[in-house]
Amino acid sequence: MTRAADTVRIGSGAGFAGDRLEPALLLAERGNLDYLALECLAERTIALAQLRKRRDPTEGYDALLKRRVAMLLPALKKQGVRLVSNFGAANPQAGAEVILDVARQQGLSVKVAIVAGDDVLDQMHGDRIALETGQPLSAFGELISANAYLGADAIIPALETGADIVITGRVADPSLFVAPVAHYFGWRVSDLDRMARATAVGHLLECAAQVTGGYFADPGRKDVPDIANIGFPFADVDAEGNAVLGKVEGTGGAITLATVKEQLLYEASDPGAYLTPDVTADFTAIQLRQVAHDRVSIEGARANGKSPTLKVSIGYLAGYLGEGELSYAGRNALARAKLAGKIIRERLAHSFSELRIDYIGSTSSHGRSFDASEHPYEVRLRVAARARSADEASLVGEEVEALYLNGPAGGGGARKYVVEQIGIVSTLLDRSEVSTSVTLKDWTNEPATV
Amino acid sequence: MSRRLYDLAHCRAGDKGDTSILSLIAYREEDYALLREHVTADAVAQHLSGIITGKVRRYEMPTLGALQFVCERALSGGVTTSLALDAHGKTLSYALLEMQIEA
Repeated sequence: MTRAADTVRIGSGAGFAGDRLEPALLLAERGNLDYLALECLAERTIALAQLRKRRDPTEGYDALLKRRVAMLLPALKKQGVRLVSNFGAANPQAGAEVILDVARQQGLSVKVAIVAGDDVLDQMHGDRIALETGQPLSAFGELISANAYLGADAIIPALETGADIVITGRVADPSLFVAPVAHYFGWRVSDLDRMARATAVGHLLECAAQVTGGYFADPGRKDVPDIANIGFPFADVDAEGNAVLGKVEGTGGAITLATVKEQLLYEASDPGAYLTPDVTADFTAIQLRQVAHDRVSIEGARANGKSPTLKVSIGYLAGYLGEGELSYAGRNALARAKLAGKIIRERLAHSFSELRIDYIGSTSSHGRSFDASEHPYEVRLRVAARARSADEASLVGEEVEALYLNGPAGGGGARKYVVEQIGIVSTLLDRSEVSTSVTLKDWTNEPATV
Repeated sequence: MSRRLYDLAHCRAGDKGDTSILSLIAYREEDYALLREHVTADAVAQHLSGIITGKVRRYEMPTLGALQFVCERALSGGVTTSLALDAHGKTLSYALLEMQIEA
């Protein structure tokens, strides 16, 4: 696949922990990439991984790590593509061991660099303040994880080792892309305008298909071709940090000004000050151009300073969510569902401090703001409550299920769930309070001596 | 003439804690000025008053033909501990697009 000289090509092979596996393989095999990055950590993912690590010290990396690496490693080695991923989650060391196991099984030599230092749980004293609520951390449930968002400056030394795979825990999502670009061109991390431009590119890539037509389609209004086979994106980034987005030829999806704009603004709570550990980036003067079919160029992000602090994401045990659901259909469906809701409220309100009753198909998403139609053909009752224990939470589903014999006419399709809840709050640490390190592990396939 | 935002613009919702972040991107560049004039932060706060209870800030992105609305106290306490089915407020994009303007 052709590209401009003096650019580095980096692909995005996963946009969340549960993302599809095979688009990354397609990128590695046919994308003509230099680097492939996989973003696998949502806010709660690392806290859940920490719970797994507590139970078993060899666990706590991304649940799909082994499958992803086993699928990708031959193509990465054959094509000379280097992989960078936060799929180490709560235990990058153990994740690296799994990668070596895969390499041994496949008879492929591999060098893995592990980035550590994001785990700052030991430093989270109860009197630190949560940014969201202004309360001390001791006001929340038991803290189970605290991870600083590391930046490109923590990842670049790992790339300098020449490792085939760089595995990290919590890093800022765009930094997964900024680091390889900065390393490739030899930028200093103090070169903030370049870091800002690369950060905008990283932000566009970090959610994978969300820039190639995923999470975009609206039939008849915003159509996306061959969406079932949507291709994941790559960017050709030049030495200034300007870039052109693309995807592998023959894949589905689309890269248009509209798809790129949606992703550029996604989660930017201040487009003039998009905060990462690398730079505070100003997106307000960004210029996008459709330079070819499924190719959009981006330039014009600027630096707006750099924060002296790092954000820390803290996971805490927030009790249990109990849920129960039941459907009603046909004449008077909503009225019957509401009678069921009334019964549940009467029976459970005294047991739970927070009880929520939704009518799916009518008011569950936006309340009665825009359509209070009393006549949906079918409606699904949903009851949710928070509880301190799993036993207490299970009461919700039990009560909903009991509506079969004790509630209004025609209820069907009962389901009940109990889910352990992880809450997330954040705080700030001075950069000097976070120290990072890189360690190497490798396995070499020695030819047998004769 | 009353026009629905759905016919003029598209939107994606993002979230940070209890804050919902809603883009509003004009399909046609020439409609940006119209959106900028009519879809004020106050108008959006009014439109979504049944859902969000906090302040709404608006950012203008003229080079993209887009506005960005940052809505506080929009997710019934925040993604990770909300009892809502759509705890992230992903569907709020289409709540914004329900808005009508006289233009």
